[in-house]
Amino acid sequence: MGETTPVEDWAGDFDVLDPGYVADPFARWDDLRERCPIAHSNRRGSTWLPTRYEDVTAMAHDVDHFSSLDISVIPFEGEGPEDPAEAVLPYGVPPISADPPLHTWTRRLLLPWFSHRRVESYEAVTRELCSGLIEGFLEQGRADAAVDYAQQIPVRVIARILGVPAEMADTFTEWVRDVLEFADDPEKRIEGMTGLITYFLAEIERRKVEPGEDLLSELLHSEFEGVPVEESLVLGVAALVLIAGVDTTWSAIGSSLWHLAGHPGDRERLLAEPELMALAVEELLRAYSPVTMARIVTGDVDFGGCPMKAGDKVLMNFPAANRDPAAFERPEEVILDRAVNRHVAFGSGIHRCAGSNLARMELRVALEEWLRRIPVFSLAEAEEVTWAGGQVRGPRLLPVVFR
Amino acid sequence: MKVRVDPERCQGHARCYALAPELFEVDDYGLSSALGDGTVPAGSEERARLAIANCPEFAISEVGVEG
Ligand code: HEM
Ligand code: SF4
Repeated sequence: MGETTPVEDWAGDFDVLDPGYVADPFARWDDLRERCPIAHSNRRGSTWLPTRYEDVTAMAHDVDHFSSLDISVIPFEGEGPEDPAEAVLPYGVPPISADPPLHTWTRRLLLPWFSHRRVESYEAVTRELCSGLIEGFLEQGRADAAVDYAQQIPVRVIARILGVPAEMADTFTEWVRDVLEFADDPEKRIEGMTGLITYFLAEIERRKVEPGEDLLSELLHSEFEGVPVEESLVLGVAALVLIAGVDTTWSAIGSSLWHLAGHPGDRERLLAEPELMALAVEELLRAYSPVTMARIVTGDVDFGGCPMKAGDKVLMNFPAANRDPAAFERPEEVILDRAVNRHVAFGSGIHRCAGSNLARMELRVALEEWLRRIPVFSLAEAEEVTWAGGQVRGPRLLPVVFR
Repeated sequence: MKVRVDPERCQGHARCYALAPELFEVDDYGLSSALGDGTVPAGSEERARLAIANCPEFAISEVGVEG
């Protein structure tokens, strides 16, 4: 865990957990895109890293060659304790970990919960939540925009949708981080997954007796082709909503605030032209895309001149695709009102983020409320900003001052 | 000007609806379609072009225009 030898050859031996890469991967991608657009490494099993928009989107669409049966960027290394998920989650956490046909219908169970209409109904509580958090630190003139703000928002919104108590928020956050961020530590990963599974199993039992009007209850009473949905699937889908909806959105909120803290011109522009917010949110998602997914190669295939073998991993590098000069003009610049922006921060093809409407709303509301109450702020000098990387990239400590 | 959404390509990113709600409808499963017969009312052409240029799946096209 964590003990890495420094990378000398990024094209043939990259390391996505290299601390320099985690903090600032952008120049690395630009370099690779020029000279080796699909890099390779054997550090965590044979793994490919595309950096071009064209390649990443083509692979995301080619579900026959690139399967979602294993989507973790950091593989589960089988030594020591066994993965608790294996016994109770025979299908993993669909739809994200499934291929069609299982993918197709499990995804349809979720989509209506995150339609743009449904998401509008979550906006008022999200705004109230954001404003309450700001109240808590406004007088101090300083805050950690990641820990005290960004991290607190999505988990509470998701808890509400799932129908689980918001007081559990910190525990949920810990489990999700164990699963996604500390994934190279098998013990943490198991701890997080066990926590999630045990908790949701108990909640499922409770809902058999007292169903509510929440996502978990509805999943439990849903059917597919006349047959009740298996409990292991309900468990998987519920766990996914939590895992996929927390780190990701909090990272996007954090990165956006980090950008605005360090770019007063953009901050002032958003204050002067609040109508830009919807486009600005897309641009910030493009420039600081938090999520990388993986695929598993189903059979030997030559892709872009690379001899991929069955069982190899491919990292769906949506963040690097979004910085490709072949797809975006001046990709290294944040242009708040960028007019042509086909970014793939939420993926591409059939696995397009099912929560994208919710994520966008949370990001927009979080920025609007912050700017309304704290129009002038900057990074706290001499204090460190830290970043998480791997599957999800975003700031984890983000001290800012505003007085 | 007239627009159309290719249902085979659309994956429900909902960028079209966000940019031009008067031109598109997105259903509960994320599938978008052009409202009415896709005719863009006067004054909405700019937003229609924006929607075309921001769809990550290249699913929206101007009817009668190659590309
Ligand atoms: C800014 C925040 C977010 C980002 C950047 C993001 C990104 C992504 C990406 C890139 C995928 C595609 C996975 C793949 O291709 O394998 C995905 C899938 C998914 N996301 Fe998100 N996500 C975010 C927030 C959320 C939220 C709030 C939810 C809440 C429910 C969510 C739920 C899901 C689900 C269920 C899937 C699986 C869809 C499928 O496989 O069909 N995400 N997300
Ligand atoms: S932006 Fe494109 S993919 Fe998204 S809903 Fe509209 S047409 Fe469909």
